[in-house]
Amino acid sequence: MPRKNLNKELAIKVENLSKKFGDFTAVDNISFQVKQGEMFAFLGPNGAGKTTTIKMLTTLLNQTKGLMRVYGHDPQTDKNLVRNNFGIVFQDQSLDDELTAYENMEFHAVLYHVEKEERKKRIESLLKFVSLWDRKNDLVKTFSGGMRRRLEIARGLIHRPKILFLDEPTIGLDPQTRIHMWEYIKKLNKEENMTVFFTTHYMEEAEKYADRLAIIDSGKIITQGFVNEIIKSTKTNSLEEAFLKLTGKSIRDESAKSIDRMRMGRKV
Amino acid sequence: MIGPIYVMWLRQIKRYTRSKSRMIGSFAQPILFLLAFGFGFGPIYQKAGGGDYIQFLAPGIIAMSTLFTAMFTGIEVIWDRRFGFLKETLVAPVPRIQIMIGRTLGGATVAFAHGILVAIIAMFVGFKITNPMNIPLALLFLFLIALLFTALGTAVASKLEDMQAFPLIMNFLIMPIFFLSGALFPLNGLPKAIEIFTKINPLTYGVNGLRATLTGGVQTGLMMNLGVMIVVTIVIGLIGSYMFSKIEI
Ligand SMILES: Nc1ncnc2c1ncn2[C@@H]1O[C@H](COP(=O)(O)OP(=O)(O)OP(=O)(O)O)[C@@H](O)[C@H]1O
Ligand SMILES: [Mg+2]
Repeated sequence: MPRKNLNKELAIKVENLSKKFGDFTAVDNISFQVKQGEMFAFLGPNGAGKTTTIKMLTTLLNQTKGLMRVYGHDPQTDKNLVRNNFGIVFQDQSLDDELTAYENMEFHAVLYHVEKEERKKRIESLLKFVSLWDRKNDLVKTFSGGMRRRLEIARGLIHRPKILFLDEPTIGLDPQTRIHMWEYIKKLNKEENMTVFFTTHYMEEAEKYADRLAIIDSGKIITQGFVNEIIKSTKTNSLEEAFLKLTGKSIRDESAKSIDRMRMGRKV
Repeated sequence: MIGPIYVMWLRQIKRYTRSKSRMIGSFAQPILFLLAFGFGFGPIYQKAGGGDYIQFLAPGIIAMSTLFTAMFTGIEVIWDRRFGFLKETLVAPVPRIQIMIGRTLGGATVAFAHGILVAIIAMFVGFKITNPMNIPLALLFLFLIALLFTALGTAVASKLEDMQAFPLIMNFLIMPIFFLSGALFPLNGLPKAIEIFTKINPLTYGVNGLRATLTGGVQTGLMMNLGVMIVVTIVIGLIGSYMFSKIEI
């Protein structure tokens, strides 16, 4: 049951949303809602349609049909209004290699209208938080995969959006860093009442940090609800077991490992 | 509003000045053209009664290097898409037209500065600006060339997904625009089809304008050249902004 007092306002409303690429249906008639202040996990095997859904919600991709609302605004028609409300950490890389870590942070802060004084303070504290302060003047192209990931997360946290989208934020990070990140995000969620919509393939992260979740497989949502309810209803002991029971044991497309490696490979 | 445009502008400048190989490459080409064509065709041109070929060629090469730099910085949108940075700017709470304006002004500034440096280099191989009073007008032409083709590069790149398209752009867009603009040879007595292309090629007007202001004093048609450049720049800028605002990732 919800541990905190959730606002009645809806952060996200999605009804019968579909996305086709040619003949292929990547997202198939999904519906769900996320409440203001919630930590919502969007889980599913590789290729399930998670990133595609996030791209539609964040105005990067137009839907094929259905209805979407982000704080009451339509990402398809009111793009600028929607963009005022969210922040995002993308699944794949989105830094400028030819800029320094500090410049990446600073440019982002300007694009997101963070005031100059506040900008300096936040950049310093966030770069320190991800242990990149002493590398702040180095070009990003000299960074390791994990360092880039840390920088991307730090950048995503400079401004304080009403809703933060995190698409596999902890991919490629060591366990220490992952815990560190999640605790910080959780704190923002609690203290600033920031809504968080995240995907991850680490079920223990979802189990620990999500209030509610949805599981999507082959473009369809197969279940959604509170974490403990889902574990209970599948008669399993952990979210990981529940996830495997619901989505089966067969591997999608390629082995998850090799996809992970491919992604990190791009960052190196 | 100034902030986002400014950082996008600044980013283009920083990327350019940091890439040493790109800078060297982009100066090597105009120098090579000046020397090869200048010394290669100079005597023939003179015999044919055209006068000093360097005086004719240099404005063309200045326009060429501005064209290339402008198109390349515009086309960088493809790289930014491929390496992911584009989506970071596309989801920002800033109207996309501001992102586009910042990028385009940044690319145009780089291309413009580049053209000026090439002009200075050309002076070392014997190019003379005949009427210094016309320099401001020449700079205006140069800036319009820079702006127009950065916007064109951005517009084209907004529609392309990957870098494989790059040779296509090079061979079917940039090269024809360059060769059929009068940059290298006078556009007299060409076959009808090619003549029509030179007439609709905006660089033709840019080259004419540059040549008139740098080497020929103010000639008739100068205002027409300027007018065409301004109108086409605005139109391409609007098309580019529209295409850029419709990018999906
Ligand atoms: N631009 C595109 N063109 C064609 N197909 C696409 C495109 N983008 C995604 N797809 C397909 O849509 C499906 C869903 O992809 P998506 O990236 O949303 O998966 P995901 O759930 O994020 O997976 P992962 O866990 O591997 O990140 C996949 O089968 C993918 O191949
Ligand atoms: Mg994904």
